[in-house]
Amino acid sequence: MSAPLIEMRGITKSFGAVKANEAVDLSVAPGEILGLLGENGAGKTTLMNVLFGAYAPDAGEIMVEGKPVSIHNSADALAAGIGMVHQHFHLAPRLTVLENLLIGIPGRSGRIDRAGGLARLTEISRQYGLSLDPNLPVSALSVGEQQRLEIIKALFRGAKLLILDEPTAVLAPSEVDGLFAALRSMAAQGLGIIFISHKLNEVRALTHRCVVLRHGKVAGLVDHPAQTTSAEMAKLMCGHEIVPPVREASTPGASVLTLDGISTSGHAGTPLRDVSLFVRAGEILGIAGVSGNGQRALADVISGMLPPKTGAMTIAGKIVAQFSPRELQALGLGRIPEDRMTTGLVTNLPLADSMVLPRIGTEAFSRKGLLNPTAIRAFAEEQIKAYDIRCPGPMVRAGALSGGNLQKALLARELAFDPKVLIVSQPTRGLDIGAARFIHEKFLAMRARGCGIIVIGEDLEELLMLSDRIAVMYEGRIAGTLPSADATIARLGLMMTGAGHTEEAA
Amino acid sequence: MSAVFEQIFQVGFLAAIIRIATPLAFATLGEMFSERAGVLNLGIEGIMLLSAMAGFTAASLSGSLWLGVLVAVLVGALMGALHALFTVALGLSQHVCGIGVTLFSSGLAYFLYRLIFGQQSVPPSIDGFKPVPIPLLADIPVLGPAVFNQFTLVYLAIIAVPLAAFVLYRTPWGLSVRMVGENPRAADSAGVSVIATRFQAVILGGALMGLAGAFLTMAQFNAFTFGVVSGRGWVAIALVVFGRWDPWRSAGAALLFAFVDALQLRMQASGLGHIPYEAFLMLPFIFTIVAMAFMSRNAVAPSALLKPFRREER
Repeated sequence: MSAPLIEMRGITKSFGAVKANEAVDLSVAPGEILGLLGENGAGKTTLMNVLFGAYAPDAGEIMVEGKPVSIHNSADALAAGIGMVHQHFHLAPRLTVLENLLIGIPGRSGRIDRAGGLARLTEISRQYGLSLDPNLPVSALSVGEQQRLEIIKALFRGAKLLILDEPTAVLAPSEVDGLFAALRSMAAQGLGIIFISHKLNEVRALTHRCVVLRHGKVAGLVDHPAQTTSAEMAKLMCGHEIVPPVREASTPGASVLTLDGISTSGHAGTPLRDVSLFVRAGEILGIAGVSGNGQRALADVISGMLPPKTGAMTIAGKIVAQFSPRELQALGLGRIPEDRMTTGLVTNLPLADSMVLPRIGTEAFSRKGLLNPTAIRAFAEEQIKAYDIRCPGPMVRAGALSGGNLQKALLARELAFDPKVLIVSQPTRGLDIGAARFIHEKFLAMRARGCGIIVIGEDLEELLMLSDRIAVMYEGRIAGTLPSADATIARLGLMMTGAGHTEEAA
Repeated sequence: MSAVFEQIFQVGFLAAIIRIATPLAFATLGEMFSERAGVLNLGIEGIMLLSAMAGFTAASLSGSLWLGVLVAVLVGALMGALHALFTVALGLSQHVCGIGVTLFSSGLAYFLYRLIFGQQSVPPSIDGFKPVPIPLLADIPVLGPAVFNQFTLVYLAIIAVPLAAFVLYRTPWGLSVRMVGENPRAADSAGVSVIATRFQAVILGGALMGLAGAFLTMAQFNAFTFGVVSGRGWVAIALVVFGRWDPWRSAGAALLFAFVDALQLRMQASGLGHIPYEAFLMLPFIFTIVAMAFMSRNAVAPSALLKPFRREER
């Protein structure tokens, strides 16, 4: 094998007392796709930010093609041939694709070199099969296209090594294949790629070699990811065996949530068309479907944010009259929204406030119309302990918590009031194995206690593991419902494209 | 009524619009550059006043008007740099620092003016800029005398608008300015220095505000009074929003405001004397408020406006 494209030796970086990276070694050869694995907070992103010059390491050195380099900022990194696709895209939404590419590129005789930029874009498009309309504003691009732009941007600047930080977290399953094809083509043409992820199946499918980080240190190397089982890798990541939770057989009770002929209009996404479904006590209903087929409208109707145009909904036998979040909550509905940051909690307020937000005016947290800070704090402290939410305390800014801990906080907030029905969207998106497992166990525990749960998700494996029945949404309708014993990924996938219709079999 | 109408709409009226629009155009372009880079500059009112004073003083003491203009521009740029130091380098609140810069600049202007000129019953004046007719073009009927028989600074403002558009939309620096105002992290990861770009934009903005101040004391009024700016800076901030952070639209907004202002001046002078003149004085501002209410509803500010940029923040 030729000399490594990039080599990091003994990288150490601390934030205050926390050692985010400790003596980490890592190298990538030309044409190699290296997987960088680790749970959230294991130090993957920090390590890559050191490589890209965003953080200065406390110790260690970086070599590019055998020569030591010092990288103090992104300009140095780019000059060294290192390009990075961040998890949160670094694009200006109101500028065009071409303008986003040309930023920081010297012009020609004082002007922006549009013609040169276009030529280079065409060349890259052809070479790696990545195409984009140069004149569209970035805000008009889908998430997948924005990611493509980020990749093109790195190649545009002559990157020889491309770092992708959890690139699949934001993609729909169908878009992932396209990304992988492009990455393989880049590697085949001699580029080095670092692929950061905690999705083991993706890492196994794509990478040639893996470095696993745990608590900031290298926990192990995997030389043949394709031949290594997910369980082995998970063990390296977590430091212990991960046992998938078991959904015990049970007999569901009476229906706790019924939708009858619900149709909606005036919603940003796909509207619902004549949706009828039910969830029984002690049952988990999975809602599968390609994103954008009415899942958001369904979640909004059930949580009272979108009153339907026609149709009726009952919770625990009572007809919903107003479709206000407050009414539904009083009837016994708990909800965990898809977007934790915008509709879940208030990022700039203390965590404790967010944890009591839906019940802020109730007996439990106020007295004579005034807030009861002691009760609010006590509640938050109790839940933080019960759910092992890692944070400095209840008064910390909610936005400062990691995704997994935020999700735990939201779960604690809803489950503390023993809902009869729980609706959750994308419950484990962006969470690592440990946190996802915790969330799954809580759902199953709630199921055992007789709660009816609706899980809207794109991760079919997760839905199959959790659900008793799975309904598939297609173009705003329920395309069919299967008992999960009869459901396979292939069958669900077919239904998700609107091909196979299967009627209720339960 | 038609007599009043005729009296209002004549060559002199058009010329007045152009004249009134000039300082507004400079100030609006200055504020626009600053805001496009993500920095609100509420120091504009004070920067204009201090520049107006400094330019007037320099011209008055040296006898050179252009030296006065240069001093006004330099003072404007310096105060821009001060604002950038607080808001860009130190990342402090742009609102608070801007108001601070206005208060400081205004106070400094009053203080220095008194120190240099003392208290005089009649404020000292200078022999200001004279209109410079442009050969041939000045002979065009109506448009000629109104637009092409103006002060050199007016021509400069007319050139400044397309120049600003060219710089902002066609040059790499302009792209950097727009990028740091939209997503500084994106600019940073592309190897553009956010701090330097913002500094440059705010300093350029300050220089343009200085030019606006210079026009007031050296072309429009030929004297410095404490009320010489009288809210033009604040109006410019509104015009930037009204012009949706675009040089052409901003200049258009300045012209529109100038039109209403010139109109109310004429109405004051014309036969509508039974209405108190204060009512007319209010007109341009009422216009601004109403226009803002309607026009700026779908105006989208630069995404990173008001947001300081810090590197190691996660």
